[in-house]
Amino acid sequence: MERILELLQNDCALTPAQLAVLLGKTEEEIKKAIRQYEKDGVIKGYQALINWERTDAQRAQALIELRVSPQKDTGFDEIAGRVMNFPEVQSVYLMSGGYDLAVVVTGKTMSDIAMFVARRLAPIGGVLSTATHFILTKYKDGGVTFNSDYEEIDERGSNLGD
Amino acid sequence: MIDYEKILNPTIQRLKPSGIRRFFDIANEMEDVISLSVGEPDFYTPWHIREEAIRTLEKGRTRYTPNRGLLKLREEISNYLYRHYEERYLPESEILVTVGGSEAIDLCMRALLCPGDEVLIPQPSFVCYVPLAQMTGGVPVILETRAENGFRLTAEELEKKITENTKLLVFPYPNNPTGAVMRREDLEAVAEVVKRHNLFVLSDEIYSTLTYGTEPHIMFSHLPGMRERTVVVNGFSKSHSMTGWRLGYAAGPREVIGQMTKLHQFAIMSAPTTSQYAAIEAMKNGDDDIRQMREQYDMRRRLIVDGLNSMGLSCFEPEGAFYAFPSVKSTGLTSAEFCERLIYSKHVAVVPGDAFGESGEGFVRISYSYSIKHITEALERIQAFLREL
Repeated sequence: MERILELLQNDCALTPAQLAVLLGKTEEEIKKAIRQYEKDGVIKGYQALINWERTDAQRAQALIELRVSPQKDTGFDEIAGRVMNFPEVQSVYLMSGGYDLAVVVTGKTMSDIAMFVARRLAPIGGVLSTATHFILTKYKDGGVTFNSDYEEIDERGSNLGD
Repeated sequence: MIDYEKILNPTIQRLKPSGIRRFFDIANEMEDVISLSVGEPDFYTPWHIREEAIRTLEKGRTRYTPNRGLLKLREEISNYLYRHYEERYLPESEILVTVGGSEAIDLCMRALLCPGDEVLIPQPSFVCYVPLAQMTGGVPVILETRAENGFRLTAEELEKKITENTKLLVFPYPNNPTGAVMRREDLEAVAEVVKRHNLFVLSDEIYSTLTYGTEPHIMFSHLPGMRERTVVVNGFSKSHSMTGWRLGYAAGPREVIGQMTKLHQFAIMSAPTTSQYAAIEAMKNGDDDIRQMREQYDMRRRLIVDGLNSMGLSCFEPEGAFYAFPSVKSTGLTSAEFCERLIYSKHVAVVPGDAFGESGEGFVRISYSYSIKHITEALERIQAFLREL
C-alpha cells in the first residue's frame, strides 16, 4: 500500500475511487489505508504546490543557517521546537555539516525576513550565529519544475511514432 | 518535362500512406486538444543514460562504429537478453545494432524475401509490415485476429493461411495497437505449426518489457526449436523511453544476421554512435527504469480500461504495450467517424482501428502513454461525447 503514498505525494487531489482503480484495489481498502496513514502520522497534510512567482502576491523566502549549541539532555530538539513555533517559519531541518539547523522563513519582503532573523531567531538562547540566504527564484520545488524555460513540453505526435 | 509517374518505381507509388496522419493534421490545427494518440513513451530518457551520452560527446567519441554496432553494446545486449529471456546470443555474430527496430524489420524482410514469397502478417498490427514486405516483392497475407480471442494469433488461423509459397511469419507481440500478449500455450501451438511448415519468423518484440499479467514475456526464439528460425527484433525506444535516439537491434542465426549486416553496411554504415554509448548504459544500469516505467503504465492501464468499460465502450483487457483497443460498435459509428466526431466536438484525438488493418474496423486505439491527469481529463471528455451522441 506504499504506492498510495507515492501517488498522493505526486497528486493529493486523487480521490479514493481513482486510487482504487490505479492500484487495482477496492475503494474501501484505499480509504482504510489512508485513514490509517493519517492516524499514524505518516500522511501529515494535503497541500497544493504553488508557484507564487506567477502571482501578484508579495512574498519573499529565505533559507537561514543556524549554528546552535546543543543543550544537555535535549540536544537540538528544544531550540528547534522554539524556532518552529513562529508562523513565519515554513520548515526546520537538523543538518549534518557546517551548521545545525536549516530554517526556511517566509515573509512579505526581504527586509521583513531580515528583521525577523535579527529580532526573533538570533536572540534565542543557544543560537551562536545565523546566516540568511534569500531564495531568488525556484527552478524546481517538490519534484516539479517551476521555471518555464525548463518546463516539460509534449512534443510528441509529429509522426506515426510507433 | 519529366513524367515522374514513369520515373518512379510503381511498387513504391502504389504503397498507401498511413491513415493515422490525417488525425494528427486535424489535431495540430486545434487548440486545447487532448491527445491519446501517440505511440511513444511520455517519459524522458532516464538522466543517467542521457548523461552517459553527453560524457562520450565530451570525450569526442563521435566516429563510426563497427557496422554491427559497438562490440561492448552487443555484449550488453547479449547479457540483457540472457538476463531477461534466458536465451544467449553471440555478440560477435548473432546481434546487429540498427537504426530503430524498424530498420531491423526492413533488413530482415529484405534478407529473406524473394518476389512472390508470402508473408503472414497478423492484424491489427503496426503499419510498417505490409509496405516493407511489398517493397521486396513479397506478398502480404493478412491473418485477422479477433477480440474474442484477446487478439491472439491462434494456430488454426495461422495454419489456414499457409500455402506452399509461405516463407515468413511476422509475429508482433506484445501487440500495437491491441495490447494483446501471447501466452505460453498459444506460443507453443504457433511454434509447432511454424516448425511443421518450415516457416521463418520475424518476431517484433519492441514492447517486450511492457507486459502486465502474471506471466513474464517469452522471447519467441526461446521456444523449443525456434531459435534457428527466428529473428527477434527489439530496441530501446519503448523499454528505456529512447525513441528519438533511433536505436534497435536484431538477434538471430548468424547466417541471417550476416546477410542483414551487409544490407545495413551499405545503406546505413553504422547506427548513431552517441546513441550506442547511451544504450550501453541503458542495458547495464537501466533495469530499474524499466520496472518503474512499467509500474506507471500499469496504473494508467487500469485507469483507462476501467474508464472505458464504465462508459460503455467495451474494452478487452490489454496486457501489453501501452494501448487500449476498445470497441466503438455500440455507438453505431465507424472507427473513422467516431474519431473524427470526437476530435471535432471534444478535441480528443484517438486513432481509428482500421489504420492498423481492416480487422481493426469498429475499434479505436487509445494510448495511455500520458499522465494520470491527462488521461482523467480525456476520459471525462469522451464520456461527455458519448452522452451527446
